[in-house]
Amino acid sequence: MKKIISMICMILFGFVLQTTLFQKLSFGDISPNLLIIVTASYGFMYGERHGMLVGFLCGLLMDVFNGSVLGFYALLFLYIGACNGLFHRVFYQDDLKLPLALITGSDIVYSLLCYILLFLLRGRFAFGFYVKNVIFPELVYTIFVTIFLYPIILFINNKLNNSEKRGDRKLAKKD
Amino acid sequence: MSPLVKRKKEKFSIPSKYLLLILTCICIALMAFSFFTDYSSMPLNKVVGYVVVPFQKGVTNVGTWISNRVEELGELKEVLKENQELKEQVAELTIQNTQLQQDKYELNNLRELLELDEQYSSYDKVGARIIARDSGNWFHTFTIDKGLNDGLTVDMNVIAGGGLVGRITDIGDNWAKVNAIINDDSNVSGMVLASSDTMIVTGSLQLMAEGVIGYEQLNDTKDKVELGDKVVTSNISDKYLPGILIGYISKIEQDSNNITKYGEITPAVDFSHLEEVLVILETKQQISK
Repeated sequence: MKKIISMICMILFGFVLQTTLFQKLSFGDISPNLLIIVTASYGFMYGERHGMLVGFLCGLLMDVFNGSVLGFYALLFLYIGACNGLFHRVFYQDDLKLPLALITGSDIVYSLLCYILLFLLRGRFAFGFYVKNVIFPELVYTIFVTIFLYPIILFINNKLNNSEKRGDRKLAKKD
Repeated sequence: MSPLVKRKKEKFSIPSKYLLLILTCICIALMAFSFFTDYSSMPLNKVVGYVVVPFQKGVTNVGTWISNRVEELGELKEVLKENQELKEQVAELTIQNTQLQQDKYELNNLRELLELDEQYSSYDKVGARIIARDSGNWFHTFTIDKGLNDGLTVDMNVIAGGGLVGRITDIGDNWAKVNAIINDDSNVSGMVLASSDTMIVTGSLQLMAEGVIGYEQLNDTKDKVELGDKVVTSNISDKYLPGILIGYISKIEQDSNNITKYGEITPAVDFSHLEEVLVILETKQQISK
């Protein structure tokens, strides 16, 4: 239960910050992609199922507030979360390389799919321009924010795990 | 405790393969549903609005407050510095100077207000504050803090600073999504005010990097249109009210078909510093009825 509440809070927190604070802190109209960080983190921390759920909810929020078609971002984030979940088995908490690599990869995949599905199909062929002005700056900014945000997510994750274990122990004693 | 034991305790135990399949189906169904029907009255909009919008409002308010205080601090520093410099000058001149500047600033503000109000005074308007922007970097949409409860509906035009900002494309009880005219998927039917030649004004992410929006299909056989001409919304648009200023022509090029022209428009609205907007409480469909 605690996990679900913290999950929903995390998603809301990410979405609200991304649409307000980080829009004010944007460099050259580019803001970091917090929802990718949240989705990917839940994916490799808790496995496929959580990654999928978080991705789906994040995408749905984006669809409602920003998208033109409901369900597009939800589908995109759903698969990003699921793919990150596959790496749950090789995830170790002390290792920062894997999360960084996964979040970087997720952001690149997300940006490329956005470009192909939303821009290329409408005949916007200047790929170089979009890489230089949107995809690359977003990637750099997202990685930069990850370095600060990821430890916080990890910390919350550990706190929750500990409290859950404590709860389990109490139950075990009662039994 | 090993994670394996814990996982058994979880309530739902659908294999993730099937969960993925189910969620995918939901997404595709939603896409089809929203593509073929008008979904803006869906309960989802309302629920999400009540959950997210208050937070966005709060954070935006705090942010604005902080940036105002920072600005004030900066201003205070400047004033102190200026004061020291001016002390060396004659006191009378200083007072006169400040007063003149203040008057000028006030005059400009009042002039702008008067102009804006006179231009579109025939329409009822309501002010709204921008509380959130697009979460991605690909499009320019933003959320305002008024919605169905304040009498807004989809397709209402949004203006600011004397120019067209966009129109409402989606709405909840206490929020509305505005699609800006600089957005990459936005097309507005425009008209050159001087010659009444029509054109299609298309937003473009690529051009927006240079601070302009593009236009095409300008039918100007007599070569009357010049740089700096005013472009307003045309009469034939079915979403935008006629005669709202879009911007000024900054570039004209001949199309390869030698009939139409294309080019760039400098928008009248400063989109990067937009904080408050006016929503016109009439839609084109209502007026034409």
